[in-house]
Amino acid sequence: MTFLAIEPHVPVVETAAAGGVFSLLWVIIAIPALGAAILLLGGRRTDAWGHLLGCATVVASFLISLIMFVALLGRTEDDRSVSQHLYTWIEAGSFKVDAAILYDPLSALFLLLITGVGALIHIYSIGYMADDLRRRRFFGYMNLFIAAMLILVMADSYLGVFLGWEGVGLASYLLIGFFQHKPSAAAAAKKAFVVNRVGDMGMALAIMLSFATFGTTAFTGISAVAGQASDGVLTALGLLLLLGACGKSAQVPLQSWLLDAMEGPTPVSALIHAATMVTAGVYLIVRSNFIFENAPVAQTAVVIVGAVTLVWGAIIGCAKDDIKKVLAGSTMSQIGYMMLAAGLGVAGYAFAIFHLLTHGFFKANMFLGAGSVMHAMDDDVEMRHYGALQKVLPVTFLTFAMGYLAIIGFPGFSGFWSKDKIIETAFADNLVVGLTALLGAGITAFYMTRLMLLTFFTDKRWEKDVHPHESPKVMTYPLVALAALSMLGGFLLLGNWIVEFLSPVVGQAEHEVLAVQPIVITLIVTLVVLVGVVSALLLVGRNDVPRVAPQSVSIFTKAARADLYGDAINEAAFMRPGDRFVTGLGTFDGAGIDGTVNATAATFAGMSGRMRRWQNGFVRSYALSLFAGALIVVLAMLAVNLA
Amino acid sequence: MSATPFIVLSAILFTIGCVGVLTRRNAIVVFMCIELMLNASNLALITFARVHGNLDGQIAAFFVMVVAAAEVVVGLAIIMTIFRTRRTASVDDASLLKY
Repeated sequence: MTFLAIEPHVPVVETAAAGGVFSLLWVIIAIPALGAAILLLGGRRTDAWGHLLGCATVVASFLISLIMFVALLGRTEDDRSVSQHLYTWIEAGSFKVDAAILYDPLSALFLLLITGVGALIHIYSIGYMADDLRRRRFFGYMNLFIAAMLILVMADSYLGVFLGWEGVGLASYLLIGFFQHKPSAAAAAKKAFVVNRVGDMGMALAIMLSFATFGTTAFTGISAVAGQASDGVLTALGLLLLLGACGKSAQVPLQSWLLDAMEGPTPVSALIHAATMVTAGVYLIVRSNFIFENAPVAQTAVVIVGAVTLVWGAIIGCAKDDIKKVLAGSTMSQIGYMMLAAGLGVAGYAFAIFHLLTHGFFKANMFLGAGSVMHAMDDDVEMRHYGALQKVLPVTFLTFAMGYLAIIGFPGFSGFWSKDKIIETAFADNLVVGLTALLGAGITAFYMTRLMLLTFFTDKRWEKDVHPHESPKVMTYPLVALAALSMLGGFLLLGNWIVEFLSPVVGQAEHEVLAVQPIVITLIVTLVVLVGVVSALLLVGRNDVPRVAPQSVSIFTKAARADLYGDAINEAAFMRPGDRFVTGLGTFDGAGIDGTVNATAATFAGMSGRMRRWQNGFVRSYALSLFAGALIVVLAMLAVNLA
Repeated sequence: MSATPFIVLSAILFTIGCVGVLTRRNAIVVFMCIELMLNASNLALITFARVHGNLDGQIAAFFVMVVAAAEVVVGLAIIMTIFRTRRTASVDDASLLKY
């Protein structure tokens, strides 16, 4: 068993009490939470300056996170886990949950990503939402999201994570349905909420199981004794956590909500449905490494989910004409990579987080770029109506190109380093998984090149009355910052820094010995990417692009356009049987239970109706019954006396 | 002296009263028949008082007479009022209070 050899490397979460600058950890969460409260409770009075406050809170959180990060770097490597006890949250009998913060290298990186990218997206939204009458409310929801997401990554127990987990779910729901006057947006919000409930059930059951097994839900408590639990319990815990992760991270089989979630405003897609919230599932699995390291079956399930989703999302991305949906498919696919890496165990955790960070940069960059394009094209999302935009939108084009080069893994860009490491680790683990990851890289290159060509190159296909214009500076500066991060994100790997930095949390694997040199894998990946790019150039770039999507297409294109029938499967497997079940219950209730009760009542009503006729108003008939009654009494008495 | 003739007379009077109440439509006649039934029971009470040799039955008969007198006052007043408003004293016509 290989995992026995790795087992000693699983680190136990040991924390030191927060002191000095770390005693201010709670402020990072409190500031955006306060911002959300002011903006949402303050009403119209805060309309004038609401967006500025919304940005200021996130920037402030980012600055504090940065200070904390520097302070954390100042400590010795095995002392980088700080916990701050805030108060006792729940106490009932033997059940006790503390509201406490866990600040370690993993949360530190997440804090920087959430508040950093979050701040850039907030600033961008000032411009993007400038014409929206409900902009203040938008910033209130965004701040709420930031606060919830910070709770999620800073909680020191599964219950605390769950609080943040539900908080981001709520914010996601509110923001997907932000354009509530559109029925499609309202339906998409509801869909996201319902699908997420399925995952949340897994998460809730995992919390209950962990409490029943270990008597606590805190990471410190569980990680110390996780190895002693039975295999069955650990596997169940792992699979339930995976179910939760699938819901939040839009992984197969709970992937269907993410594409519809693109109904939300584009900054929301960038922040929640690309950079941060949807990666919470990956965080959960990496954070639970002490469980997954002891549950190889669950780990394999994580790898399978990741591998399936990375191809699934990529295929969907190839067929969509809606620029945001292509990016959404790509998000699914990239999170699939992270899941795959997280499922590979100690060797992969750090790379999963690394890819999560670089993906956060380049995908936020591209989503905001797509927002900028939509802004220029009067909110049209149909790529077939774009074309030749690189001249009119030079800044958007250049920044988008950085994101593009990063995601396809152009050598030197951030995505190159992170994806390369994941594919390398996958090959070291299993040839099939490695090949799947490699295939995904090729398809990614294909659909992203197609997106670039349709949007920025090929012929002009705009409507006559559309006059594209570059976005204001408040939108382009965040794009430039994110483009720089997309280019340079790979520096996190310099000298294996991120792996060393995360090792106190996730452990560090022995260096895997590959059959071939890593450089060979890198070359193969680059070659596959090149094939993807060239085939897109040949297939899309050289032909005329029709303004209306052709209908006579292969069944593969049809399937991909229909999200690989994800909705149809859900409908056939769950929705219709559920519908029938509920209809059946309704019929049984109506005809069976209500029927019995109503029939009894009707019988008595009918009898009473007939007996009522005796009350006919004729005095003499009353007298007759009176005499008859008296006669009966007399006869009865006689009968008794004579007997 | 045998009590039987008195009891038989009482029974005959009571039966006549009963039949009258059930068959006659005029409220006054019905009323008279009720009085007849009351007096038939008075006769029975007094006969049995005589048979038993105490005053219980006679006292009861006095009670019946007092109640009958009060009833006559109220009953005749009602019949008068009904006759004034409806121009008839038929008990079958006053049949509005029903289902």
